[in-house]
Amino acid sequence: MKMSEAIAGMPTPPAGAPMRPSVRQREAAARTSRTLVRRRIVNNIMVALLTLSAVIATLPLLFILFHLAKSGLSSLSIDFFIKDPKSVGESGGGMANAIIGTLIVVSVGCAIGLPIGVGAGLFVSEQKHTRLATVVRFLADVLNGLPSIVMGIFAWQFLVRPVGHFSAIAGGIALAAMLVPMVTRTTEEMVALVPHALREAALALGYSRARTGLVIVLRTAMGGIVTGALVAVARIAGETAPLLFTALGNQFRSFSLSKPIAALPLQIFQYAVSPYEDWHAQAWAGALVLIAMVLTISIVARVATTSHGDGGSD
Amino acid sequence: MTVNAETRSDAGAPGDAASPGIEGQHLQGGGLADRVYDVVIKGFALCVPLLLLLLVLAITEAAWPALRQFGFGFLTSSDWDPNNQKFGAAPAIYGTIVSSIIALVIATPLAVGVAIYIAEFAPLWLRRPVAFLIDLLAAIPSVVYGLWAIFVLVPLMRTAVMPFLRDTLHLGATPLFSGPAYGPSMLSAGLILAIMVLPYISSVSREVLLAVPRSQREAALALGATRWEAIQGAVLPFAKSGIIGGIILGLGRALGETMAVTMVIGNRHEISASLFSPGYTIASLIANEFSEASGDLHLSALMAVGFILFVITLIVNGIARWLVWQTGGGRRVRA
Repeated sequence: MKMSEAIAGMPTPPAGAPMRPSVRQREAAARTSRTLVRRRIVNNIMVALLTLSAVIATLPLLFILFHLAKSGLSSLSIDFFIKDPKSVGESGGGMANAIIGTLIVVSVGCAIGLPIGVGAGLFVSEQKHTRLATVVRFLADVLNGLPSIVMGIFAWQFLVRPVGHFSAIAGGIALAAMLVPMVTRTTEEMVALVPHALREAALALGYSRARTGLVIVLRTAMGGIVTGALVAVARIAGETAPLLFTALGNQFRSFSLSKPIAALPLQIFQYAVSPYEDWHAQAWAGALVLIAMVLTISIVARVATTSHGDGGSD
Repeated sequence: MTVNAETRSDAGAPGDAASPGIEGQHLQGGGLADRVYDVVIKGFALCVPLLLLLLVLAITEAAWPALRQFGFGFLTSSDWDPNNQKFGAAPAIYGTIVSSIIALVIATPLAVGVAIYIAEFAPLWLRRPVAFLIDLLAAIPSVVYGLWAIFVLVPLMRTAVMPFLRDTLHLGATPLFSGPAYGPSMLSAGLILAIMVLPYISSVSREVLLAVPRSQREAALALGATRWEAIQGAVLPFAKSGIIGGIILGLGRALGETMAVTMVIGNRHEISASLFSPGYTIASLIANEFSEASGDLHLSALMAVGFILFVITLIVNGIARWLVWQTGGGRRVRA
């Protein structure tokens, strides 16, 4: 290592040596100061490069937000929120059908995914020393890393193929399948932060384990769990791939769970790859609305976490 | 932890004076409630392995006809001819791997660089905002990346980046950067993927770096190391396997990313050495052809490529989790 070289190269005057440094010592000293200069230069270059990488890494976000604002705002209007799409060639219209569809599909996903995720997280944390808990935790991590398109295939094979048509409920279940592992992990983390003394106090007061878990532990961890759940919901709200196989999309407004339904990300995709200028503009507006939704949820969640400190307090 | 009925019965709770009836009920039902509670949360927990099992079942069942018909030849064949019922996954597998490698090559130095900057160099007031901005990248939906890429990134690639690489830097002589610059290409897909996986690699690396004990840095600095030498010699070796885990997690993301890639890769069944030429990835192939699949075998072939993707990402994720868990130790490293 360079450090040890530098130390070894340090001129150490031997005991009883003459006061004037010998030629060799002077050379060694010069060499040391040269290495020191070189090491400092290397250090400064690395610091500059690291700072530069931070600047470069934040640029794409700023670019994307800038273009979204620029192209999205100009095509955003009240109509966008209250009208359904017009057919090609007619201008105007909006994405009310897709906004409603996204709300419906995401609600179905939450209704199924949140309770399972929270329950599983509670189990993994409360019984963390059991083998099942370790397995569940590991599998939840593995599921979290699987491509979302796989969830779409799963829901399509079991819920769309047998009945012969696409449906909102299949879309909701595909999203729930994404939600479960994410919520399991956050719940587990948040429950783990609840001080043990709190549990013991409740048990000592005569609370059953069930009541301690639900009333004391879960309630104490609730702030953090809500935060984590919000982040997860923000993520599924922007998902497109699982919905391609399940909800499919719909040019008309639908409230039925058993019929194909529009969703904002799906509609953005369809419009973006279409050859029509009008649709491109609508896609930008849709993306702006979607990102506003998603970022608002994420930022609210993050600010909430920060103000909680560890997120474990209520 | 375990409190049985006897210890509970004599616990004189301060609040029970007001409602002895409720307390009585509670004592009576305590054992049952606990048993129900245990069964219910265990049931929820079992949903997680069950879900994975169902995923395996669904995808295998859907892929089975094609896997049976084409066997191992499916992996190596590059025919994709729905009219003649011939399918091979080689171009899609190739595209998936190449686009992911491009993404990692671009994203890794940046992501690790930002992580080191945030963990070691940034002034305290700047750490949170920079980390926040990087993490926000992970919150942007894939389809929004795709939209931006179609209308901003791809035109930029076509008019500026690709001609620059090919002509100005004279890289056109190598097969990698030769051929006409259409815009939608493997390179564009790799670039958008790089932006998308950057936050994942960066956040894992940051957590791992922050988990390195302070004394590790202090010892190196006390020996006279410069700050970079302390990081290089004392911090990075400590964090290495965790950072590699983060990179592999990023790889997992890149392999399975669907929408943004579908929108910019050009969607063509062809293996070409040039990164300028359009291609396909597994996920984009499925997303693109699913709605217009011309019959059962075509659908099944799409599911069979999905099956390959599923297996690859399962393995990649398993390795990544293991590495991150190793370094993280007791500390939770969020990914």
